[in-house]
This record gives sequence, C-alpha cells and structure tokens, in this order.
Amino acid sequence: MRLLTHNMLSSNIKGVTNGFPLRIEVEKAIEKQVDFNPDFLKNMFPKIDWKALLDASRTMGYAELPDETPDSSMLDSDEFLRKFHHALLELHLEEGALVCPETGRKFPVNKGIPNMLLHEDEV
Amino acid sequence: MKLKQLESMLGDFQQFSNPKVELEQYPTGPHIASRMLYTAETSFGDVSNKVVADFGCGCGTLGAAAALLGAEQVIAIDIDSESLELASENAEDLELDIDFVQSDIRNLEWRGQIVDTVVMNPPFGTRKKGADMDFLRVALKVASQAVYSLHKTSTRDHVKKAALRDLHASSAEVLCELRYDVPQLYKFHKKKEVDIAVDLWRFVPKRNRRNDV
Repeated sequence: MRLLTHNMLSSNIKGVTNGFPLRIEVEKAIEKQVDFNPDFLKNMFPKIDWKALLDASRTMGYAELPDETPDSSMLDSDEFLRKFHHALLELHLEEGALVCPETGRKFPVNKGIPNMLLHEDEV
Repeated sequence: MKLKQLESMLGDFQQFSNPKVELEQYPTGPHIASRMLYTAETSFGDVSNKVVADFGCGCGTLGAAAALLGAEQVIAIDIDSESLELASENAEDLELDIDFVQSDIRNLEWRGQIVDTVVMNPPFGTRKKGADMDFLRVALKVASQAVYSLHKTSTRDHVKKAALRDLHASSAEVLCELRYDVPQLYKFHKKKEVDIAVDLWRFVPKRNRRNDV
C-alpha cells in the first residue's frame, strides 16, 4: 500500500467521527521505484493532507519531508518534488496494521493489502 | 497503446475458479474492459496521469486496463480476499503496480478528492436488489471527475433517473450498448451461455460540473 492510498483511507467504524488519519504499525516496509511525474505531483499536492503524509513517511523510516506544510512555491523545486514523489508513491507498507485513531481498532495489512472489512457490530 | 493490443494483454488473465454467487462474481471480459477504458482515455482523458479506483475489482481486469493506459495510481477494491489474491497475481504478471484494498464498497470512507475516476462492473443486482446502485452512490461520492460503469440495458431509465435525482450526478450518459457474455458459471444457469445487453455509462459528479467541459 502506497502512502497516497493511506492519505485517504479512514476508519469506517460506525460512530467514529475522527477516523483520519489511520496510525501505521510497520512490520515490513518496502520501496518500489516508479517514474517521476512532476505534473501529477503538482496536481496532487493541494489534495494531500500534509501532516498525515509526514507522520506516515516518518513511521515508515523516511525522514526527508519538511515539518511545516510546504507552500506551493516549493513545487518549483525539483529536490522537493522528488522527496514528495518518493514518500507518496514509492514507500509501501507490506506487512503491519492501520490503527483507528479513535478506537484503537486494528486493520491488518497483509501482502500490502489493508483489510478494512468491518465486524457485524461495527457497521 | 492500441485498443487491440490492450485487449490481448488482458486476455491472459486468470478468472475466478470458484465464483461466489452471492457476490455476483462474473468476470469482466477483455473485450468489454478494453473498450471501457480505451473510451475513457481517448474520448475524455480520464485515465492517463490520473488516480483511478476500480470498485469491486474481481480478478482486476478494469484496474489493470487503467494501469496499462497510464493511470498514475490505481486503487482496486474488493470485499473478497480470493478475488484480491487473484487480481494481485494478475497485476504482477503484467508488472503493474496497483494498490489493493479489502473493503465492502458500501462502507467505504475516503477523505478528500484524491480519486479522479472510478471504473466498475458492479453486481447487477439480480441476486441482491439495488446492489449496482449502492456501488454507484459511493462512486459518485468518491470520484472528482467521472464514473464509468456497466448496468443492464433493461434498467436504463431507472439508472438515469436515480443517478440524476438521488445520487448527485450532474450528467448521466450512455456511451454505448455492449453484449455481455455470461458463461454458465453457476448451477442455476440453464443455458450454456447467454449474452445480455449492458450499457456503458459515464457519470459526472455534481460538484465538478464546471470542470467538465
């Protein structure tokens, strides 16, 4: 699972109001190279929750993203875009869990696939 | 990529070995999948460099077609773990990088407007009434650009009315009518193979009407 996907997944348990972002527990993280596409990144940047991406990338062992939410002038920087690219598209959570920030309920991630299925009493 | 090339690349996909009738698992054949995504890309530019979600991906044909046509990110969702396993094997065979998520489409909670386009071959709702409209409701909430979906031609009026009136579509257009071959997968099928008429739809979610010139 890429962090782009993580940036939109929320806990969908009934009654949970603040289900985003899911906390990541890493058992195994991997990297897969993908082509660098600056136009895609510029288009995606305003839709990304920066804090969630920052925390997720740190948890995955990548510490190169800036702390503060970058302003859009940073999008002219090739160096910044490459870091953003790497965090968003190349880091994968392969084994571990996503944890609901409100209830602590764990959604397991196996072979890169998060299992977001709910139990009967959670729907 | 040419349409023929796309269709033949999807032709080697493994299909369900034990389809589950309650989920209405019918494979989306390469013929339909390739035409659906090819149209989305060449007529509307809804695939390349976009984030595309495949709802109820089954063995993953639509999502793979999107990836082959240059989608930057494909997210394929299914409720069934066997389908996801098969779909990820199929994606691996073609060396496609697709994100899979196991979820009931009806319970999907996604933040923001990250997904541009949803493609889907929903359950037609013959076993569970309204299943296709449940998928469409969520798809129109999640997509910022467009939703491509297949529905039985016999339900055309109903689909149009419900999409525009209840599901926040700003437009609902049938792009073409296709023949969907349903092989004899299940015991209750009396004939060896039937083909049913299905419509390929393009829906545009309401809030983005002005972007959809």
